[in-house]
Amino acid sequence: MQSNYDALIIGGGLHGLSSALHLARAGLKPVVLEKDYPGRHASGVNAGGVRRLGRHKAEIPLSVAAMKLWREIGELTGEDCGFTPCGQVKVAETETEMAGQRARVESLVAQGHGHEELIDAKELRSLVPTIAPHCLGAIVCRDDGAADPFRTAMAFARAARAQGASIQDGARVQSIERRDGLWRAATAQGRFAAPILINCAGAWGGEIAARLGEPVPMRTQAPMLMITERLAPFLEPVLGAAGRALSFKQFSNGTLMIGGGHLGRAEPARNATHLDFAALSRSAQSVLALFPALRGLRVVRAWAGIEGVMPDGIPVIGPSETREGVFHVFGFCAHGFQLGPITGQIVAAWAQKKPMNLPIAPFRIGRFA
Amino acid sequence: MPIDSPFRRLPDAQARTLAFTFAGRELEAREGDSLAAAILAAGIATTRHTPVSGAPRGPYCMIGLCFECLVEIDGEPNRQACMVEVRDGMRVKAMQGARGLGKGPADE
Amino acid sequence: MSDPVPLIVIGAGPAGLCAAAEATAAGVETLLLDEQTAPGGQIYRAIGRASPERQAILGSDYGRGARLLEVLDSGCLDYRPSASVWQVTPEREVYFTIAGQAQSLRAERIVLASGAMERPMPFPGWTLPGVMGAGAAQTLLKSSGLLPGGGAVLAGSGPLLFLVASQILDAGGRIAALVETTPRGNSMRAMPYLPAMLRMPSYLTKGAVLLARLRRAKAPHFKGAHNLSAQGGKRIEFLRFTAGGRDHDVPCSLLLLHQGVVSNVQITRALGLAHDWKPLPRAWQPRLDPWGGSALEGIAMAGDGGGIFGARAAELQGRLAGLDAAYRLGKLTQAARDAKARSVQRALAAERAARPFLDRLYQPAAEFLNPADETLVCRCEEVTAGQIRGFVKLGCLGPNQAKSFGRAGMGPCQGRVCGLCVSEIIARARGADVQDVGYFRIRPPIKPVTLAELAAMACAGPNDAK
Repeated sequence: MQSNYDALIIGGGLHGLSSALHLARAGLKPVVLEKDYPGRHASGVNAGGVRRLGRHKAEIPLSVAAMKLWREIGELTGEDCGFTPCGQVKVAETETEMAGQRARVESLVAQGHGHEELIDAKELRSLVPTIAPHCLGAIVCRDDGAADPFRTAMAFARAARAQGASIQDGARVQSIERRDGLWRAATAQGRFAAPILINCAGAWGGEIAARLGEPVPMRTQAPMLMITERLAPFLEPVLGAAGRALSFKQFSNGTLMIGGGHLGRAEPARNATHLDFAALSRSAQSVLALFPALRGLRVVRAWAGIEGVMPDGIPVIGPSETREGVFHVFGFCAHGFQLGPITGQIVAAWAQKKPMNLPIAPFRIGRFA
Repeated sequence: MPIDSPFRRLPDAQARTLAFTFAGRELEAREGDSLAAAILAAGIATTRHTPVSGAPRGPYCMIGLCFECLVEIDGEPNRQACMVEVRDGMRVKAMQGARGLGKGPADE
Repeated sequence: MSDPVPLIVIGAGPAGLCAAAEATAAGVETLLLDEQTAPGGQIYRAIGRASPERQAILGSDYGRGARLLEVLDSGCLDYRPSASVWQVTPEREVYFTIAGQAQSLRAERIVLASGAMERPMPFPGWTLPGVMGAGAAQTLLKSSGLLPGGGAVLAGSGPLLFLVASQILDAGGRIAALVETTPRGNSMRAMPYLPAMLRMPSYLTKGAVLLARLRRAKAPHFKGAHNLSAQGGKRIEFLRFTAGGRDHDVPCSLLLLHQGVVSNVQITRALGLAHDWKPLPRAWQPRLDPWGGSALEGIAMAGDGGGIFGARAAELQGRLAGLDAAYRLGKLTQAARDAKARSVQRALAAERAARPFLDRLYQPAAEFLNPADETLVCRCEEVTAGQIRGFVKLGCLGPNQAKSFGRAGMGPCQGRVCGLCVSEIIARARGADVQDVGYFRIRPPIKPVTLAELAAMACAGPNDAK
């Protein structure tokens, strides 16, 4: 029995790795129990958006705090994670969408948040010269951006290890129990024990919560992404649309990534996803509606990740309300990547019984009861 | 027209002659030639420069697997020259790095 | 989607043509999709339009393909050439594009006959223009009557290398050198399997004839060559290698490489079928039953896509898959299928008898399986063998992580050219088995498809997005 750990972290995605890094930096010794390998699922294959734009109001304080960490991501992890503050743009195509965007920006400003900014058609065209002429304007977050998700997961893993965290690959958790003041997990790589347990199991987080006697109404989803052949530079910011399921970005290597929530089918028990070509067809239609000039661009690869989705569209972040020494961080509803750096800090504050200076009450696990 | 081509035609290749251009040069093909075959027959080895390093590349597999023979055909970028038969009057260019917006097959 | 097609056959080489022939003969309405502009596959490429002179050069084995085309006259067959199949799903939907129009059809049964490809032969300089597959040169000869006019060097190993050399000479071409890389120990290892091979004497006679042809032509013939590198600025200028204890630089304007053929596993991988690593031909093989059936209901594979046994075996496997499809679709009784299959199965067993000998004799040299650091392995994304070894040092466990570490296998060819080599390099670097290291997860579309084609499909699906 290995009991010389301070925390068991279930899940080696970005939230688990960030938790490991922040705990290790605080002088604690965590162990990450990862059933496959770090960054294997949503953390490694997501669209890489580093976005405050359009966040649910409850997420804004966390997202703003995370953004500060992203700007110094090299200091936190030792490498740049491919982060570029290329900006994020959300396009409005109709007067109704434009009015909705104006109302959102005004209400955010009233609450003291100035990161979202409304721009008109002229400025939109200067930011995105190839956009279809019918677009009326957009919300922009000029210093939002994007990063390389797998590199980010690897950077957090390396930094966490360098600070003394242990990361166990292939350590699927077979059983969890609390005995003699310790959480004990039996895994495919042996047994581990520690006084606290962090549930960062992503799309499998609901299953872990249920095993701890705290079931939540989480569903799994398989958001699909497409990558195109390389194209000469034509788009700087990450682009979304108010009225369409679209997220659209050009990497520095020239390839375009097309996502936005078109769904395939998830089979979490088999680690598998299946594509839905009718939905990919609609995804392609969305792209062409905004960028008719891309008709001849070729898609070279499509895939789907597995995501945990909560009924109210925001994650579970907070201590267990029934068990001692458990903290949940899962169910990010396909927009958890940008929050990764800050959730680890929240976990570390809780583990050290420090005051929580970010408002996490809206994410409590008990809200579904 | 072949200049220094490592290939020559068998005398039985009697098919009709077609004309096309590659990088502005007027070249001949035989009906039924793949575009890659016609380009190689003309002594041209390089059909693209890669988007990664700019290195020159030419047809390698001739059966549509390797994507080394990507060319621009009548304004449409990144076509596999080995999978397209030459048509009279085709205007073909080598790909130089990543494609531009170009146009799609449906725009022809 | 409309009513399913009873049978879709993908690929119009010997396996696909024979599968279609048996199925249509039993009255099965069959759709035959093929990526090439004319039927015959790679082995019988352009067979329908080759002149008698060209057929004579290409030999009787090539001419044999002509009679396979008779199926195209069947009233039950819908043959569509120039069809780029870009996705096949386990639910038997086939997505393909013809002339810029994408469409999808559902089938009750599918026979995949997607064939083989030359095993890529990576070594320093192999990406220079003017370096091609020997099979690629044969394609040029078959379909365009193009012949290496002189200054061609052939390098590598395997029966096709000798066949191509001999065809070039028969057609009046010249060869600057034949550079054999077959490791010297191979023939010793192959010898115990010679008796089985002798049951197929045609192979040996063919081999002897080819070697005699090469000797008559007095082309320089190097054996046991190693340390190959292709040298040149903008295109190949010479091949450098060591043989017989000496270094050689052989000038050439064309370098034709070959080290055997391997299954093209793109479709079977994209379908998620189980594949086994065969250490002897050093290649992956999808797991199939004796009729070519896979673990997916209604999806079978025939021909070299299911393991390399050659064109005649592909015909026979195609017949078996076609007969089985006809039986499963209610057009043949089980007894009728079995009766028709009996002689086919016997002939297939005989064809397979030669493989253990050939696989050992022509096993590629280590330097082309696990190449030198400076070798570009992933041609599309320009990732070297040394970089892949570097990923392993950073914790990369397999090919799918190699994609994330450094884009190996993520270019337009989708790993077709580098896949085998990336798995081999990682396995050696980790000291692990290739089977455990695994292969790229192949993501659809398996051929690039334009946004316009995809958007135009616009069929309503059950799984609507938000």
